[in-house]
Amino acid sequence: MADEREPPPLFENEDSSEKSPLEEKTVEADQEVNLNDDANDDLFSDPPLLETSPAEDKPEAEDEDESSPAAEESGGGGGILDDVEVQEEPPKKEEKKEEKKEEEPEKMDEEEEEEMESGDTFDVDITVSDPQKVGDGMGAYMKYTVVSKTSDPSFKSSEMTVSRRFSDFLGLHQKLVAFHTTKGHIVPPVPEKSVVGMTKVKMGKGQEENNSLEFVEKRRASLERFLNRSAAHPKIRANTDFKEFLEKDEPLPKASNTAALSGAGMMRAFNKVMDSASKVVSKMDESDQWFEEKTQHIDNLDQQLKKLHTSVENMVNHRRELSNATAVFAKSCAMLGNAEEHTALSRAISQLAETEENIEQLQSSQAATDFYVLSELLKDYIGLIAAVREAFREREKTFHNWQTAQTNLAKKREQEAKLKSTGKTEKLPQVEQEIKDWQERVEKGQREFEAISKTIRREVNRFETNRVQDFRSVIIKYLESLMEKQQKLIQYWEAFLPEAKAIA
Amino acid sequence: MGDDGLFDVEDQQKARTDSVDLSSDTSLVVDISDALSERDKVKFTVHTKIPPPPPKPDFDASREKLQKLGEGEGTMTKEEFQKMKAELEAEYLATFKKTVAMHEVFLQRLAAHPTLRTDHNFRVFLEYKQALDVRGRNKKEKFGSLVKLVTKSVDEVLVTGQKDVDPFFERERTFVVEYHNKVKDSTARSDRMTRSNKQIADTYIRVSSGLNALATLEKSDLDNAEAIPESARFFIKVSEMFEKLRKVEARVATDADLKLSDLLRYYMRDTAAAKDLLYRRMRSLVNYQNANKALEKARAKNKEVQQAEKNQEEACNKFEKLSEVAKQELTDYKTRRVAAFKKNLVELAELEVKHAKTQVQLLRNTIATLKEETP
Repeated sequence: MADEREPPPLFENEDSSEKSPLEEKTVEADQEVNLNDDANDDLFSDPPLLETSPAEDKPEAEDEDESSPAAEESGGGGGILDDVEVQEEPPKKEEKKEEKKEEEPEKMDEEEEEEMESGDTFDVDITVSDPQKVGDGMGAYMKYTVVSKTSDPSFKSSEMTVSRRFSDFLGLHQKLVAFHTTKGHIVPPVPEKSVVGMTKVKMGKGQEENNSLEFVEKRRASLERFLNRSAAHPKIRANTDFKEFLEKDEPLPKASNTAALSGAGMMRAFNKVMDSASKVVSKMDESDQWFEEKTQHIDNLDQQLKKLHTSVENMVNHRRELSNATAVFAKSCAMLGNAEEHTALSRAISQLAETEENIEQLQSSQAATDFYVLSELLKDYIGLIAAVREAFREREKTFHNWQTAQTNLAKKREQEAKLKSTGKTEKLPQVEQEIKDWQERVEKGQREFEAISKTIRREVNRFETNRVQDFRSVIIKYLESLMEKQQKLIQYWEAFLPEAKAIA
Repeated sequence: MGDDGLFDVEDQQKARTDSVDLSSDTSLVVDISDALSERDKVKFTVHTKIPPPPPKPDFDASREKLQKLGEGEGTMTKEEFQKMKAELEAEYLATFKKTVAMHEVFLQRLAAHPTLRTDHNFRVFLEYKQALDVRGRNKKEKFGSLVKLVTKSVDEVLVTGQKDVDPFFERERTFVVEYHNKVKDSTARSDRMTRSNKQIADTYIRVSSGLNALATLEKSDLDNAEAIPESARFFIKVSEMFEKLRKVEARVATDADLKLSDLLRYYMRDTAAAKDLLYRRMRSLVNYQNANKALEKARAKNKEVQQAEKNQEEACNKFEKLSEVAKQELTDYKTRRVAAFKKNLVELAELEVKHAKTQVQLLRNTIATLKEETP
């Protein structure tokens, strides 16, 4: 599958046999992290998920975590094996659960609740492939084949294949955001609509143009990462819309309100503006230092990532330029070799031309790696941070709801007091009822606020852990690719050297 | 920059005392040990091939970069700025070194040339202790040379249309013309390539600094109370590696520039000079042929025969002398070309291998260290 795509993204080619050693280490690490981290109480319902790109570490990790340390060693193999082990392990799980109970009694109820809800730490491996253009002209669109393999029994089957178009993905993302962000979850980003990009595709004669090919490949990889990250999040994985997206064998109802220039699109844009306006006006009075510092930290991270992303993009562009320049030079050099009358020199120059051609291939593939491995990773994290901010904003909204309820309760109480003092008791029962209502709302508001605060803490910690792991593994991969390139360079130049020396 | 400064002392010394062994008589060895002077033009006798003058040093690129750097100072961190400044200085040094090398080669070739080395101007140039006062060309001369250039080009076209009597020269002419075109093309392409390479090296600075910034963030993160959290160390290591990588990459670009681009450029000029020589020979051939015709006419009319005979004789001598010299020069040119290409291509390949090995080493070490620290 990977071979058909062009250019092949590095880590998408990994097969499961390569995953194990790396996972063993990282899983142990995660376990340590979890035990030390008080805020991250959900050892089971929220396994240490590595939000690395598709199919990499996460699937195994979840299972390993669920089973006891003993099983972990033997469980280094493929996903299916882990599935079996997990099902044999429930008794041990119960033990651990009890331990946990003793540690953090106050969080007990919710924890249990969530464990029962999710209780799934199965792997889901999704690939998005085979982009096809459907239709012609302005009405054309791209459809993708989505193949999901899972050991999670809550899914319709262990392997599902469906066909989805881009607007389907956007629609799914919208639904997930609407449902999950309000709870404080971090929803992975989805590639944006691109009028320019899609127009190229729509107007393109075939699928041969380089520009549109690149655009489609970039988008395909991005969609794949979106689905896998979402599947890695236990709450999102359990989401019925998400499941339907992966399972339903028929085309989904057209998500018409995702169209760029639709009426719904306008409404959304308008709402966004209103939202931001309200953000500016009503800054929440933050009493929790953790949130204060985290907000600052997230902002800084955002800034730095954006800067780094720009630098990496520049690097990609220059490498592409170099690759072009080298190709052109190689041709010119070949012609020079032909023109050269001295036989040995002529041969040497032709060899030089060939060497440069080979080097150009290297450079071109390096540019692709720069882009797909490094640049896109950074872009994803910038998107994820935006999602984190969304979650924070939802918390603020919840806080305001709570405050508003409190204010109203106070007003009603005043009203009650006034009525009592003036002796106008006819309206009293109504007011008293209203007080009860507002009291309930206040309690609800507080509960919701505390719930979302707790969720966000957990989500952010998970995000940070994943981020560090992700960056580490991606950067190491990237460096390995750089090293490979240099090694090939040595090969090429060492092959050329004798030719140059042979000039007599 | 310490041990990985752009120019090893060894390299510098080698470049300066490199003597070109072209003739058996090597009693005149030229060595440039100090700053350069700018030369516009060198006048020599016309009957030989003049080695191409060294090109005017191009410091504009460096100056422009320096200006941009100054303007962009506000947008960069202090480290970035220092690094870019150091990089710029290194680049300037490289350009300077190149210029010195080219001037040196030029003078060495003059010294090696049997005729040119005895030229009075050349002697003065080498011996005169005080600053030479080379009069820049005044307007009249400049205009004159422009006119000359135009008429020469026109003439060249006319003359090259003529078939040569001597098959050797005919072959040579075809070869030289074609070769000149190809070399010119390759020079331009090579330049573009090395420039691009340099740009990549420069972007590594930004990437390195960006990673450093991320490391700083990790350090200041609330939850990481230890001295330097492991994640920060990770980013710092990668950042440092990019910095080192950049230096090597920049060196690769410079070396390619020196060994490849400059080689091609020099031979572009040399080939142009050869072309020029052949043209002048053709010109004299045409003159000779015209003189012959004039003589015939004069004999037929029996008017001014003596003058015509004298002209014809002169033209014949000139032509034959030029042909002789041209043959020699062309042979030399060929030998020199093959030798220079061999030397530079071998050096280029060796340097590329060396730099690639350095990078592999650097990357391997970094990867090993990073993998060790997996929590």
